[in-house]
Amino acid sequence: MAIRGVLMHQLVKDLLNGNRRAAARLITIVENEDDQKRSLLKEIYPHTGNAFIVGITGAPGAGKSSLVDRLLQQIRSDGLTAGIIAVDPTSPFSGGAILGDRIRMQDHALDSAVFIRSMGTRGSLGGLSRSTREAIQVLDAFGKDIIIVETVGVGQSEVDIVKTADSTVVMLTPAGGDSVQTIKAGIMEIADVFVINKADLPGSDRSATEINMMLDMNGEKPWRPPVLSTVSINGEGVNELWLALQEHRQYLEESGKLLEVRKQRVRRELTEQVEYLVKTRIWEDVRDTIELDDLVEKITKRLQDPYSAAGELLEKINFFKEDQGEGV
Amino acid sequence: MNANAKKIRVLVAKPGLDGHDRGARVVARALRDAGMEVIYTGLHQTPEQVVETALQEDVDVVGLSILSGAHMTIAPRIKEMLKEKDMGDVLFLVGGIIPGEDAEKLLAEGNADQIFTPGDPLDKIINYINGRVNINRKS
Amino acid sequence: MSASDSLKKYLVKWQQDMHNLEEREEKFTTISGEPLKALYTPLDTNSLDYENDLGFPGSYPYTRGVQPNMYRGRLWTMRQFSGFGDAFDSNKRYRYLLGQGQTGLSVAFDMPTIMGYDSDHERSFGEVGRCGVAIDSLEDMEVLFNRIPLDQVTTSMTINGPAAIIWCMYLANAEKQGIKLSDLGGTIQNDILKEYIAQKSWIFPPEPSMRLITDIFDFAAENVPCWNTISISGYHIREAGSTAVQELAFTLADGFAYVEAGIKAGLKVDSFAPRLSFFFNAHMDFFEEVCKYRAARRIWARRMKEKYGAKDPRSLKLRFHTQTAGCSLTAQEPENNIVRTALEALSAVLGGTQSLHTNSMDEVLALPTEKAVKIALRTQQVIAHESGVANTIDPLAGSYFVESLTAKMEAEAEEYFNRIDQLGGVLAAIDCGFFQQEIADAAYTYQKAVDSCKRVVVGENRYNSEEPVQIELLKIDPAVEEKQVGRLKELKQKRDNNAVNRSLVDLKNTAAKKDNIIPKIFSAVKLYATEGEIVAALKEVFGEYREKPLF
Repeated sequence: MAIRGVLMHQLVKDLLNGNRRAAARLITIVENEDDQKRSLLKEIYPHTGNAFIVGITGAPGAGKSSLVDRLLQQIRSDGLTAGIIAVDPTSPFSGGAILGDRIRMQDHALDSAVFIRSMGTRGSLGGLSRSTREAIQVLDAFGKDIIIVETVGVGQSEVDIVKTADSTVVMLTPAGGDSVQTIKAGIMEIADVFVINKADLPGSDRSATEINMMLDMNGEKPWRPPVLSTVSINGEGVNELWLALQEHRQYLEESGKLLEVRKQRVRRELTEQVEYLVKTRIWEDVRDTIELDDLVEKITKRLQDPYSAAGELLEKINFFKEDQGEGV
Repeated sequence: MNANAKKIRVLVAKPGLDGHDRGARVVARALRDAGMEVIYTGLHQTPEQVVETALQEDVDVVGLSILSGAHMTIAPRIKEMLKEKDMGDVLFLVGGIIPGEDAEKLLAEGNADQIFTPGDPLDKIINYINGRVNINRKS
Repeated sequence: MSASDSLKKYLVKWQQDMHNLEEREEKFTTISGEPLKALYTPLDTNSLDYENDLGFPGSYPYTRGVQPNMYRGRLWTMRQFSGFGDAFDSNKRYRYLLGQGQTGLSVAFDMPTIMGYDSDHERSFGEVGRCGVAIDSLEDMEVLFNRIPLDQVTTSMTINGPAAIIWCMYLANAEKQGIKLSDLGGTIQNDILKEYIAQKSWIFPPEPSMRLITDIFDFAAENVPCWNTISISGYHIREAGSTAVQELAFTLADGFAYVEAGIKAGLKVDSFAPRLSFFFNAHMDFFEEVCKYRAARRIWARRMKEKYGAKDPRSLKLRFHTQTAGCSLTAQEPENNIVRTALEALSAVLGGTQSLHTNSMDEVLALPTEKAVKIALRTQQVIAHESGVANTIDPLAGSYFVESLTAKMEAEAEEYFNRIDQLGGVLAAIDCGFFQQEIADAAYTYQKAVDSCKRVVVGENRYNSEEPVQIELLKIDPAVEEKQVGRLKELKQKRDNNAVNRSLVDLKNTAAKKDNIIPKIFSAVKLYATEGEIVAALKEVFGEYREKPLF
């Protein structure tokens, strides 16, 4: 373990020196929930907080990867560096995944200022948003100016990922049948920018009008999400998107909202970390002192109830006592 | 460590100009159904693109599908570039129309860990990867 | 009691007899998974109307063939697809094949040529002359057809993305041989839709690609009237793993899309439709293949007449080339491939093909050797002259099974046409990955069936002897690439580079407008502008296509 610790330290050093292989290895480590993960994240934390994080979400086939590809061109022509995290669903049956989002971005594969990583959702509880957030931290420490997280917008986990972004783009297509009414309210509310992609198809004006009407009904807000039209195949409207993102960033910074958003994020992270530590410690102690299987057996046979069993369990490992002792 | 969180990551790459991706796609699906994470490059990749993708995606396996007859130039070039980038330990597989003589040469010169040709069942590829990657696993 | 009632009674009795007997499979299907009955009877062809559904050879709806006399007049064209190394190597092979009794040429280009790169482009590295012949400029085309009189053979060229350029080179070469364009016959594949769907050798996005194609239709109608301007191809769709019905439906859907594009471009349907030709696969399931060809002819004739209002009978006739299925060949015991190819070729002949390529036994391993090609050609000659099957027209017609399956495949193709229409047409269906997904699913299902031995492949998953392959293979000399690059370098020094540059600028200007672009390409190739230069110029205006990530 000691040797691996040294290796990890070296990887972090390499990462901070701009080594792409190290960045790739470190993302694997966070993704695999490796034992060394926490010490790694501790070490890189001081180097994070500089990147601007953009989340892009939308239905399958909305053209997210093509749009990201075009956006990359804009970002690069402004002389900025970028990291992309492209998340695709893991098959619930096999646990495997085919990650094909890169296909659309391969023109940037050889640009050393761009780093693209594909991730499967891997389906572990809450694991998706956590590992995505941690991968963002790696790319942040790596020095990427803009980090884009691309996800399929279908469920709560995607909304979670978007919570880690400073600006969130929600993509719709006129032809996809995903007219505004069918979009889940939760997804509509997270948008900082709306994009109607494939604007060359019929129905795109109507979609834009519907979204605008809905935004009107929401009343006056300090930031009203712009509704943009793009054709990601030929890059139409992508410049406007990039400008809108910059405008939103400016708004966040000038209004103090960015600080607020990031504080919320830190609070959430801190809470999660505390809960994680407490949970881990409790279960370690439980494993060491109590025959859990016996207890389960008893409860199943209705010889005991789970409510009092839980209390007794915590007493046995001195959880309450210690707590009170320190408090006094 | 959360054992469930770990996945074998495989890059399925189509280097060169031929567009025959039936094999690559069928293999990609089979590997997914065997629980692996498959990163697919898309068609018409240069060796540089394949290697850089393997690096960024930190894959355990690189599988090339070549049906254009260019395997004797493309495979050694990619293998060499992998080594240059400190990825010589990545399992390196070549599939496609590879005559026996060429296959022997690629294997003997270390320019492929294994060759798969038409008629090889999907399970053979899956079992080979499962056998080799679990042994080689770094972390 | 009517005749049909009495027949039904007998059928029930037979079914009872059958019921007690064991069958060797739980379910019998074609290789495409189409369920098959144990027996077909007149009850299965009750609704068949001879005059409306079959008719006579050479007359509507052409189910029985496009010529009144079919092979009793002229046999199909034996056209072996061939090309490797540089133009010198391939020219030698062509003259050998013509000497062996082959009746038409079919050019296979190497991957750089197919993708629009010159041999000296970095992306061409290792691929020059590998799976076809390397053609960079008119100069190569002159070598390729040296001592082959182009007014006496017809030539088919498998080229799609850069079809207009390669075709112009062929035309320019013919002019240099002193042959009038109106005397030239042949085919360019020129089918870009199936590239997006299956073969994946695309260059430009769909819209400019369709414009290039309709420009070719227009130019040919004026100047090269005997040329088949497109060969709408199901071959590659099948090779990518589709079923027979998918091959049938997707190919014809593509065909209708070209017809619609031509009409939309302002052409009269009968001005270009007679020059449309087709290209199908001949796979292992014998009867399914025969029915596929017969259904294809009937569907085409009906739609062309009823939907597109074609009047010229030539517009209604679906003429097609066939190639035996490369994907059916095995690397194990490659000699068995001779037998497979013979059966497949027989289905194409009984299905009424106009020309035929038979695969060589070694094509699953490498490009074919001269000996292997000769056996493949001899296979066709044996079918033509010894088997007797060419002596009667459409001999399988009237078979309860064949007519019933033909009608079923037609109906299933119509279902696919409806689904494609619902998606907004062929281009929209490509854009949402419909074809690609259907084919990928079929390919995966088939592979699973082979892997689990539910589908037997002799010598591969059953009766395999594990013997090492012992046949001689063709090797491409790596020096070919160097030589070709050297010749290209020389050419770029000796031609009039100012004139070439002017022609490329002119080309780009026309590309950005709506005028027919073919005359500009024609001028550029005559100045020895290379294929790669012309494609690069067009990419500046048209952009490039990128695939969809679907599995």
